[in-house]
Amino acid sequence: MPAQCSSCTEKRAVLKRPKTGHSLCKECFFWAFEEEVHQTIVAAELFKSGESVGIAASGGKDSTVLAHVMKLLNERYNYGLELMLISVDEGITGYRDDSLETVKRNQQQYELPLKIVSYEELYGWTMDAIVKQVGLKNNCTFCGVFRRQALDRGAVMLKVDKICTGHNADDVAETVLMNVLRGDIARLRRCTAISTSSEGEGVVPRCKPLKYAYEKEIVLYAYFKKLDYFSTECIYSPNAYRGYARTFLKDLESIRPSTIIDIIHSGENLSVREGVKMPVQGTCSRCGYISSQALCKSCVLLEGLNRGLPKLGIGKHHRLHDKILSQQPLTDKEERKLKPVDF
Amino acid sequence: MCQVDEEYHDQLERTDVPSASQKCVKCKEVSAAVVIRAGDAYCRGCFKEYFIHKFRAMLGKNRIIFPGEKVLLAVSGGPSSCSMLSQVQEGLSQKAHKKLRFFPGIVYIDEGGAVGQPTEERQRTVSELEMVFKATGFPFHIVPLEQVLDLPGSVVVTALPPSQQPPSAYKAAVDRFNQICGSDCLAPPEQQQKKSPPDVHESHTQLLQQLIGSAKTLTAREDLLNTLRQHLLVHTARTEGYSKLMLGDSCTRLAIKLLTSISLGRGAQLAQDTGFSDSRYGDIISVRPMRDYSAKEIAHYNRMFNVPSVVIPSLETKTSEKASIQRLTESFVTKLQTDFPSTVSTIYRTSEKLQTACRSSSTDDHSDRCLLCLCVLDTAVEKASAFQATLISEQLSQTLSLGSGSPRQNSGPVKPTSAASAVQCCSLSGGEDCGRATSGGSCCSSAKETIDLKSLLCYSCQLTIRDMSSVDHLPQYIMSEAKRRQRRSQMRDEISEFLLNDGDEGND
Repeated sequence: MPAQCSSCTEKRAVLKRPKTGHSLCKECFFWAFEEEVHQTIVAAELFKSGESVGIAASGGKDSTVLAHVMKLLNERYNYGLELMLISVDEGITGYRDDSLETVKRNQQQYELPLKIVSYEELYGWTMDAIVKQVGLKNNCTFCGVFRRQALDRGAVMLKVDKICTGHNADDVAETVLMNVLRGDIARLRRCTAISTSSEGEGVVPRCKPLKYAYEKEIVLYAYFKKLDYFSTECIYSPNAYRGYARTFLKDLESIRPSTIIDIIHSGENLSVREGVKMPVQGTCSRCGYISSQALCKSCVLLEGLNRGLPKLGIGKHHRLHDKILSQQPLTDKEERKLKPVDF
Repeated sequence: MCQVDEEYHDQLERTDVPSASQKCVKCKEVSAAVVIRAGDAYCRGCFKEYFIHKFRAMLGKNRIIFPGEKVLLAVSGGPSSCSMLSQVQEGLSQKAHKKLRFFPGIVYIDEGGAVGQPTEERQRTVSELEMVFKATGFPFHIVPLEQVLDLPGSVVVTALPPSQQPPSAYKAAVDRFNQICGSDCLAPPEQQQKKSPPDVHESHTQLLQQLIGSAKTLTAREDLLNTLRQHLLVHTARTEGYSKLMLGDSCTRLAIKLLTSISLGRGAQLAQDTGFSDSRYGDIISVRPMRDYSAKEIAHYNRMFNVPSVVIPSLETKTSEKASIQRLTESFVTKLQTDFPSTVSTIYRTSEKLQTACRSSSTDDHSDRCLLCLCVLDTAVEKASAFQATLISEQLSQTLSLGSGSPRQNSGPVKPTSAASAVQCCSLSGGEDCGRATSGGSCCSSAKETIDLKSLLCYSCQLTIRDMSSVDHLPQYIMSEAKRRQRRSQMRDEISEFLLNDGDEGND
């Protein structure tokens, strides 16, 4: 007995929404999904008319769907935005070069301008070279920190007012869990915010329009809309700590599907006691980027890579920052601590 | 490596693996008997000192328990609460270094009826525990969970807290107590006669089982059981004249509870659920003195110093890993702890840095608090919040109720009406969606006076109720309090234009 769509009650239902469990037909699902993203954008006042917005595109499902939905909503509701695609090439052979092809295809399909920034040209290091020096653990730190700056630099080159990323509900929930597991109170407070603050030089505010969209619904949307995307995992990801949080979240979702939004709700309502030390935002003394320490993280990481001391950015070494700034050589003991682990 | 600010020392040097053949790291004389953490091997004497000291320090640092107070110890029979009991005994014994100064009582809640234990087993467990309690000499109360069906409505109402005492009052109270009592006054005010546990009617047990059974998922069942247990504990404390309640949650248990609470949507109430003191009931304050002890330390201590404990099956005994959120979190944290030994302590330290998100501290207006868990409501529909997103999703996935027009032409912002509209729409469409819609369960079964329970509950209690097939089995005191609050809010709506309010009550 075919089920009827619970929204229009006319057509036959072809899918069951992971978020609410309702059975919907294709068109009603598209409309519900797009409308939710629209409501999120409107309620959080993410964009102003006339702004130029850079869509961070990696070629994966989140950014492909994001580009599609942003273009659609921009036309349907007359946001008045100028959309562009920004992509980052980390230099991971077999992974990034394939996904970049998808981004180029997206560019042609949606007729949006595209800018690709690569680690090679910005920092002089590809991820492959970094992993060779650092090893298989802790390399996600390098990639993540570099990518954030790369996106900002790309945005400045394109002169956009805002960046939007394809972070979905599962990502935000995972981040909340990970921050609890790592005891990172400062990030715990900020990670559920839908957009970052817009102060500081060279910093482009970024937002997450897909914050309340489940990953499974994004895949459903892409599948039924026949959107083309690149779906392999990064080859270096299996050893990441985030994997634990992700498995846990997937198991939670199988027990109770609303858990993902419940975790985001918890994260939004957390409140931190007064008197807990919080980092203060300043600028990096070397490159001028925003930083809570004297040197920003990517300068520290780069310094470590260039000097052959890849563990310089992993862990707490604030006392060494002054030494690095003044180009003093480090003592033998300090150097030994920072060298890579030999296997 | 799993903490953000962790010092990353040289990892590959072969450090001496501490074993029991080493010397104790504290006194350095006697050979070690137990290894607690990676670097700490203690001998028996030093371990006992360390253990006892932690308990005292925890009570002394948070000056919440005043001298001469009556404190109710909630003992479940498990290792942590029995260890807490033995610590209190130690602390009150004559030869203690600085004696504890309160009067303890013990309460044990017999949950065999909810778990489905046969009567003989229940009686056996109860008599085992009775022996343990009698040996301590403290007054004890054995309360079957079935009593929760007869509770008065005042349980779910926050009582007025005792007058706020300035911090200096603690020291003054201690001095006064020492003057009056000296060192040998510790007989509790009234001697407790031997009270046999009340008989449990078979019908009550069945009602209780029906109630627990009406929750469809194990997660909801455990949550419900927790709530009922808390209510019964508070009621016992109130009727027997205790002003404080001591719970025996260990560090491991609290870390699991923190993650579980986040997964259940209790982010706003985390500080009360896992903090040292919990004052949501107003007059009864719950404290958790065992929150600094890991489960491993407690197990070592119990074994080395023969602390008796009883194994009692619970709802999640022998269930698979993914049977409920609580069970899954427990196995996740314990597995992670083996790979990353600082997991539990990191999570514990996170919980220390949280506080209650208090929007209105007034306890007179009860409609600000959740009906079941008595925490401040976190369901104000703010712009761009997860809660608003769920309401919008519910609306968009079903036929909209009358009055909103055709959904496709509506291009303005959709105002999410409260969850009551979801109730309406189910009855409008003739209830055919109820079987599928997750929110429909309760509305169709209650006939005339549709109690909109959802508006009286916090986010996570709403989820629990949503998992119940019918709310008719809820105990009388909950339903009558719900009706009373609803009538009161209707009254307030009628006269709202004449009320002079200084500030938003937070409940529209």
